Amino acid sequence: MKEWPLWEVFIRSQHGLAHKHVGSLHAPDAEMAINNARDVYTRRNEGVSIWVVKAADIVASSPGDKAPLFEPANSKVYRHPTFFPIPDEVKHM
Amino acid sequence: MYAQLVETGVNRLQDREQMSPEERAFQDRIDAGIKIEPKDWMPEGYRKTLVRQISQHAHSEIVGQLPEGNWVTRAPTLKRKAILLAKIQDEAGHGLYLYGAAETLGVTRDALYADLLSGKVKYSSIFNYPTLNWADIGTIGWLVDGAAIMNQIPLCRCSYGPYSRAMIRVCKEESFHQRQGYDIMMSLCKGTPEQKQMAQNALDRWWWPALMMFGPPDADSVHSAQSMQWRIKLLSNDELRQKFVDQTVPQAEYLGLTIPDPDLKWNEEIGHYHFGPIDWSEFWEVVKGNGPCNRERLRTRVQAWDDGEWFRDALAAHAEKQAQRAAKAA
Repeated sequence: MKEWPLWEVFIRSQHGLAHKHVGSLHAPDAEMAINNARDVYTRRNEGVSIWVVKAADIVASSPGDKAPLFEPANSKVYRHPTFFPIPDEVKHM
Repeated sequence: MYAQLVETGVNRLQDREQMSPEERAFQDRIDAGIKIEPKDWMPEGYRKTLVRQISQHAHSEIVGQLPEGNWVTRAPTLKRKAILLAKIQDEAGHGLYLYGAAETLGVTRDALYADLLSGKVKYSSIFNYPTLNWADIGTIGWLVDGAAIMNQIPLCRCSYGPYSRAMIRVCKEESFHQRQGYDIMMSLCKGTPEQKQMAQNALDRWWWPALMMFGPPDADSVHSAQSMQWRIKLLSNDELRQKFVDQTVPQAEYLGLTIPDPDLKWNEEIGHYHFGPIDWSEFWEVVKGNGPCNRERLRTRVQAWDDGEWFRDALAAHAEKQAQRAAKAA
């Protein structure tokens, strides 16, 4: 029998927060993946919602391309609010 | 530890000059405390050593369920039974986190598991000892999980991202295991003289095997040196063992139990407990497969795998049928 596919598990820990990757597991189908994810990753009320995605369906950026991929942001420090000095007299902004 | 005697495949440590440019960049990254992630370049030895270490660790979690499983139906109260079940379920979860971490290194869980079942890859020596009375369950939580925590907390800072994240999850849950064990010991030690005797008897049998969990003295081991350079081992076996003794002796004193070591003595000068020599011949016998329960443990795992085959097949067949139906309906 062939191996069960690998699923990546994402958990929303509380209402209002985004789902966050917590790990992976094997399951024959999506329904079992959710059931297994509940048992493996939420035994202590860690979540209010679970997403599972087949690991094979995830496309990731390659670490080798990291420099060129993220380079465009490096020269744009003005995107951060701290780039702009605000006089102390102007209190809240 | 949960992973003992992990081979690195090296005969001696490389100097910086002997490293290839990639190896040097890799080592610099580790020295700078930057985590290595699955898709990053890594030396083949690092990858293989991690697979060995993480899979051994995972196998230990899975086999570690067996000594405790022995007492699920015999737990003294329903509350203790529910707690023990929760702990054993955690161990299965820990095994799964770890297999997941190992799989990021390009191996499959089924292949790793096959290596456990064939006896090719070991699990921790400690799980080859029997659980003879209820106090053994308390002692396992207190000493065995206590020793595991000692080893796993530094591993939360190890260089490989998925392993370090798995360790963080495990450590959060492990503390419950140790406390429930100590709680069992406290109840027994406050109980009848017979109950206290049970607790003493369990400590007498588990103390030395617990100290052996940390593995033989590794001051001269080239594998340990390499693993430390790669930051997949953070403290030496002897350092961890000493920490464990220092932490555990006062806990035994609180229980009113005697640690079975006539040489055990506080050394004011160095600020540590001095303890007697460990019988390493026993450790090596257990590692070689001649411990009290080696054969039984492996036989039980193999049987569980074989007995579960129809169920795994049925789930896969069901998934396939559902997928086909969905495809037809579309």
